[in-house]
Amino acid sequence: MKFPSRSLQPVALALVVLVASACPPPPPPPAPPAPVVNTDSIDAANRARAAEAERVRLENEARARREAEERTRRENEARLAREAEERARSAMAAVRAAFATAVYFDLDQSDLKPDARAVLDAKLPLLRANANVRIRIAGHADDRGSDDYNVALSQRRAASAKRYLVDQGIPADRIDVVGFGEERPAAMGTGEESWALNRRAEFEIIVGGETLRLP
Amino acid sequence: MTLRQTVRSRALPLVLGAALVYVPTAGLSAQRQPPPPQGVRIGLTYSPGSRPGLFVLPLRGANADSIRAIVSRDLDFGDRISVIAPDSGATPVGALNYPLYARLGAAAVLQMTVSRTGVHAVLHDVGAARALSVRELPLKDPPFSAAWRMTLHLLADDIERQVTGVAGIASTRVLFVRGGLLWQVDSDGANAAPIAGAPSGLSPAWHPQGYTIAYYEMRDDGTHVMMRDLAAGSTRRISTPGGTNSSPTFAPDGRTLVYASGEDGTDLIAVALDGREPPYRVTVGRGSTNSQPSFAPDGRRIAFTTSRLGRQEVYITDADGANPELLTTSGFGDQLYRADPSWSPDGRFVAFSTQIEGRFQIATIGLRDRGVKQHTVDGINEDPSWAPDARHLVFTSSRTGSKQLWVLDTESGRLRQLTRGPASRMAAWSPRLSAAR
Repeated sequence: MKFPSRSLQPVALALVVLVASACPPPPPPPAPPAPVVNTDSIDAANRARAAEAERVRLENEARARREAEERTRRENEARLAREAEERARSAMAAVRAAFATAVYFDLDQSDLKPDARAVLDAKLPLLRANANVRIRIAGHADDRGSDDYNVALSQRRAASAKRYLVDQGIPADRIDVVGFGEERPAAMGTGEESWALNRRAEFEIIVGGETLRLP
Repeated sequence: MTLRQTVRSRALPLVLGAALVYVPTAGLSAQRQPPPPQGVRIGLTYSPGSRPGLFVLPLRGANADSIRAIVSRDLDFGDRISVIAPDSGATPVGALNYPLYARLGAAAVLQMTVSRTGVHAVLHDVGAARALSVRELPLKDPPFSAAWRMTLHLLADDIERQVTGVAGIASTRVLFVRGGLLWQVDSDGANAAPIAGAPSGLSPAWHPQGYTIAYYEMRDDGTHVMMRDLAAGSTRRISTPGGTNSSPTFAPDGRTLVYASGEDGTDLIAVALDGREPPYRVTVGRGSTNSQPSFAPDGRRIAFTTSRLGRQEVYITDADGANPELLTTSGFGDQLYRADPSWSPDGRFVAFSTQIEGRFQIATIGLRDRGVKQHTVDGINEDPSWAPDARHLVFTSSRTGSKQLWVLDTESGRLRQLTRGPASRMAAWSPRLSAAR
């Protein structure tokens, strides 16, 4: 069937509907015409919404991925920094420990023993890397011998250690020396074991200890 | 008290009881004795080795027993008098029964009476059967205070001077170090206490006039020589900062302080206390330790410890540093390790510590013949300091298991423990003091 014009089509459709419904039973009151719904726009909207959701999802995923990556990167960096710090700290601890190691002496002697030179050499890197640091060397004695003599003897021990460090290039004015005699023992009791521990020179940073640089 | 005296004092109350019967006639017989010939000095003579007996009569009144005990103990600790002071017995009334006291071995009798203002003390010469002296001692200070005790110590020293010709050493004190603080104790062991202000210090020394002391103080930045006025409690630093500054001693004229000072090795430094002359170096140690100076009483020489021979030794030098010489070349002792010299106030001896079989012992050396005498064997004994009588030494001994101060009579060898309680060391015996301050 071919309609003369496109504008007549709804009319023809209505006629067909009327003829069909006018048959045998008495016609009920005419039903309201079924709504003709055009879903194009809805579909389009739905599609658009879906597309938007997809885009957001992808975006979120991407962001999450980026964030995760960023986090991992940051964590790695932090870990590396921590490890570096840890290494530096333990290196510093080692340097400080080497610095704080005492030097020991023979009975009534203030001359450095051969192993004492190695102990003193280990203190040089810290002193060289930190020109602002001032130290104090404290000499001590065991409790044999006269009390007053031991004060002077312990002072000589500290001075021996200082002389060695100065000979290695550390300026003398960065090193104070003091003798405590037998007044501040490291080990109590009598016997060679305690005495040997007490015949010593101890090392202490008195200026610049908070801002040490690693060698 | 020695064993001999203890036995004697137990026997005495019986004899004393019998004595009272004799009193009236004895007094009369004493008065009948002929006067001494012209030109003869009245008094008791003392010869070394013999100890004249002194009977200390019981007395009545406030704190009478304590007064008698303190004075008797002082006289006993002087080691020149044999004190007869029985624990019980009546206080005699009237004239003394001199023959009785002569029979008891007394050359003199001390009769004290407690009055409202103090103590009235009469010293009787038994041989001459008459009173030798009368003393009135005001005892205004609270009983048992330091000043109250000092008054009694001064009486005891005066009695000892009258009986023996040599004043006692009861009116003295000993400075020492306990727990890092400066303490002092009376010569009889009473009154041990930190000095006023409780300063920390080591190796104290007395000014020859007493009441001012020098010592050194250990701080984190070094040791400092200090001077302190005991009465005022004021302190003054003598040394310049840096290095070791230790072991101060006053010259006998009290105007110079000599101490050990140095950064690498120590030398003796002499500092004029009035500041008019610059400090000068006494020793030339060349990096060795030179420490522990002790002046001869004439101020011309100084004994000190040095390591210049590679070991610890005692040397003597002129006070200006000339003529340093080794005090003794004697090969006694196992390590030739000597320290702590102390020059006797009569100039005749130097006391020191010497290591024998690994332990310090007290020895003295006569400066005329350089004869050495060892005075101790038990434990570790070190750091002697002379009493002003040039006869007694105070030193540190570990014989009881802890370091304590002991007093030795170098003539009789008699020993007594001066301090008890926490460890004590670095004793310095004062000159005779005239009052407690």
